[in-house]
Amino acid sequence: MTEEFDGTRSVDAESIPQPIPPRTLDTTGLQALIDALAWRGYTVIGPTVSGGAIVNAPIRTLDDLPRGWGDAQEAAHYRLRRRDDDAFFGFAAGAQSAKPVFFPTDELLWRGRRTRGEFTVEPESDDGSTAATAGQGPYALLGVRSCDLHAIAIHDRVLTGRVQADAHYTARREEAFVVSVSCTDPGGTCFCVSMGTGPRPEGGARARFDLSLTELLDGGVHRFVVEVGSERGADVLSDISALPAPIDDLAAADGVATSAAGRMGRTLDTDGLKELLYTSVESPRWDDVASRCLACTNCTMVCPTCFCTTVHDVSDLTGEVAERHRVWDSCFDSDFSYIHGGTVRDSTKSRYRQWMTHKLGSWIDQFGTSGCVGCGRCITWCPAAIDITAEAAALRGVPQPARPF
Amino acid sequence: MGSIADFQPGGAATLTRPDPMLPRPFRVHRVHQDTRDTYTLELEPTDGAPLAWLPGQFTMLHAFGVGEAPISISGDPSRPDRIEHTIRNVGSVTAALVTAGPGTVLGVRGPFGTGWDVGTGRGGDVVVVAGGIGLAPLRPAILELIAHRADYDRVVLLYGARTPEDILFTDDLRAWAERDGIIVEVTVDNGQHAWRGRVGFVTQLVTRAGFDAVRALGLICGPEVMMRYAAQALSDRGVRPERLRLSMERNMKCGVGLCGHCQLRELFLCVDGPVLGYDQLAPLMSRAEL
Amino acid sequence: MQTIAQYLPEHPFFAGLDDATIDLLAGCAVNIHVRADEFLFHEGTPADHFYLLRHGRIAIEVRTPGPPMVLDTVEDGDVVGWSWVVPPYLWTFDGRAVNDVSAVAFDAACLRIKCLANPLLGYDLMMRFVRLMNQRLQSARVRLIDMYGGTQTHG
Repeated sequence: MTEEFDGTRSVDAESIPQPIPPRTLDTTGLQALIDALAWRGYTVIGPTVSGGAIVNAPIRTLDDLPRGWGDAQEAAHYRLRRRDDDAFFGFAAGAQSAKPVFFPTDELLWRGRRTRGEFTVEPESDDGSTAATAGQGPYALLGVRSCDLHAIAIHDRVLTGRVQADAHYTARREEAFVVSVSCTDPGGTCFCVSMGTGPRPEGGARARFDLSLTELLDGGVHRFVVEVGSERGADVLSDISALPAPIDDLAAADGVATSAAGRMGRTLDTDGLKELLYTSVESPRWDDVASRCLACTNCTMVCPTCFCTTVHDVSDLTGEVAERHRVWDSCFDSDFSYIHGGTVRDSTKSRYRQWMTHKLGSWIDQFGTSGCVGCGRCITWCPAAIDITAEAAALRGVPQPARPF
Repeated sequence: MGSIADFQPGGAATLTRPDPMLPRPFRVHRVHQDTRDTYTLELEPTDGAPLAWLPGQFTMLHAFGVGEAPISISGDPSRPDRIEHTIRNVGSVTAALVTAGPGTVLGVRGPFGTGWDVGTGRGGDVVVVAGGIGLAPLRPAILELIAHRADYDRVVLLYGARTPEDILFTDDLRAWAERDGIIVEVTVDNGQHAWRGRVGFVTQLVTRAGFDAVRALGLICGPEVMMRYAAQALSDRGVRPERLRLSMERNMKCGVGLCGHCQLRELFLCVDGPVLGYDQLAPLMSRAEL
Repeated sequence: MQTIAQYLPEHPFFAGLDDATIDLLAGCAVNIHVRADEFLFHEGTPADHFYLLRHGRIAIEVRTPGPPMVLDTVEDGDVVGWSWVVPPYLWTFDGRAVNDVSAVAFDAACLRIKCLANPLLGYDLMMRFVRLMNQRLQSARVRLIDMYGGTQTHG
């Protein structure tokens, strides 16, 4: 039943004829990279400041990026703050991951027409080649964090690896270009180190990138160490003049990663966590969480690995044309587990238990890895300040400090 | 980056299989009313290409402009030219399906899920316990057994219905008992004076039924409460849990393990089930709201 | 056909009883026959017997303004009747033979007296009837859920 995702099926190094050593780019070079991607037809999506948060949006110049912005994240708390330097990527996880780029909130699956009793179905086809319909791509993502890279790989496994691949998702992923960045300033809710997903993008099957940047702001030139992760990445890089990175820069990049790894806001002990969750079905802790959880579904919306969807069938006024849309759904929704006769998971308690047990436990049986990448978004964006790492610790019997509310 | 298609067991080939998210048009050939709220639809593919399916599998039946519902296939597996679905009218989608007259085109996605795998019962007894509409997903398995009757020893069908008027497939039940060597015991939850048969809960039939539990294969289908008690009763009789199969039901939407709705802990019931062994299910059925 | 005294020890309901008790019970019992559609007992009448069905089927029925409803059937090999245990010792339902029935009828009035005199015997018999009532109660309760019927809900 459980297919082991061995993660060694494709080795990135084999896709590059010879390994290309890291290079250095300055800020002009960063703009040149954006230009090169745009010139090749990519819509470049990167972090921007909007509505008091870092959100992903199409970008074209360096001015579109959150230069000099940082963030402060805690449970139920998110604020932007002005940095005292010019860092472009000096913040932790943005409000949303790369998930909505490849996995839209609303996707048209097919359109059906009924004429004289016959009904025909037209798939919302991407011609099998590209998903470049209605301005949908191809996308180049700039600034993807290591946690989110792992989340993308997890989504690849979930959405292409079981019975049937999701064709639209597959097409968008195939043609996407990914530029990741190493975290310099992890947040108060980050725990990628506990989950083995960061803070530095490692490449390989579980954290694929085309190019990865480490921002260096050490008093010298504002620059980026660029690592190449694929042939496609090497190809784009060859359009830009970038000198080989000096040894000192490589050491500095290592230092950035080490420093970030030591400043995680949270930890999660994953040892035996699945078994703990499986055997904690009757734990009183679930009643405790249920007294706080609003079932608002924020956590599932910001989580980069959540994948549940539902379908909406809509028809026009004549009843002759119908469309089937696939939209995001959440296991916290009261109707989620509804079957004729009643709802299986009626109480908030059972729904929270389902979400956490799935994310940290049964996901492993289903897909071979944990479903959590330690990005901390569910903690930051929960209006009730529920902390998945604290809940896991509480289930283990670790006493929890008094909550502020 | 490597190709996403490389992740799949079948590689790029799975991308070229017919899209399970697209309904195939099937025309209603015949509608038979079984009971006051249950109807059997006989469908044939408009393009003539038969649907390959196994007893125990279900399809997502789509009523144009209304929606779709997961319905088990209830017909004869040896006759692939037409597929039968027995549907109980319980809501807007099923109402649209059961009122679709001959000639109406419905959409079919699937088949989905795991089957009863009756063949593994060869050389021993087979005990089938059905409750209510649960007899419908079991009917293909029973027909498969009958088609290879000599391969099995005793075959016992224990069937519980709500009232005598709710008994399904009465002609089949008679034929199976009189002609096909199946021991058929029927009970109802309550009956009128004119009913000459048994009244009582279906699990009561388990203690009385004659079969060799140790070598038996058990197939159970019906409301979850009934399946839980029936599985316990068969297990108490000595049927080994791994030889007891139940058809579980959860909210099905996509049918291919992508939408997440049908999960029962680590199991996706549309892919890992709906037919599952009691050895796997027992701990998952014993807790509320799992 | 076996005598009652030969039949009882083989019957699971009486398993574990010593010979003296078997003889005592057999002494209180007679074989009876009831034809199809005849009544074994009526609601509201004195419950001075309980029955062990050897062959046939009994419908436990309740009279209504319309046709009677069958709440339960008792099959061959089953025991029917515990109203003899519960004051005021009146049958709560009708018992009708669905087909030709042969049964062992136990004189419960006589047994009530003997149980008072011999508490151990009384306790043993009561425990057997508690088990029987438990089975019937569980069966009745689970059928109250009406799980096959269900309610009209949105699709």
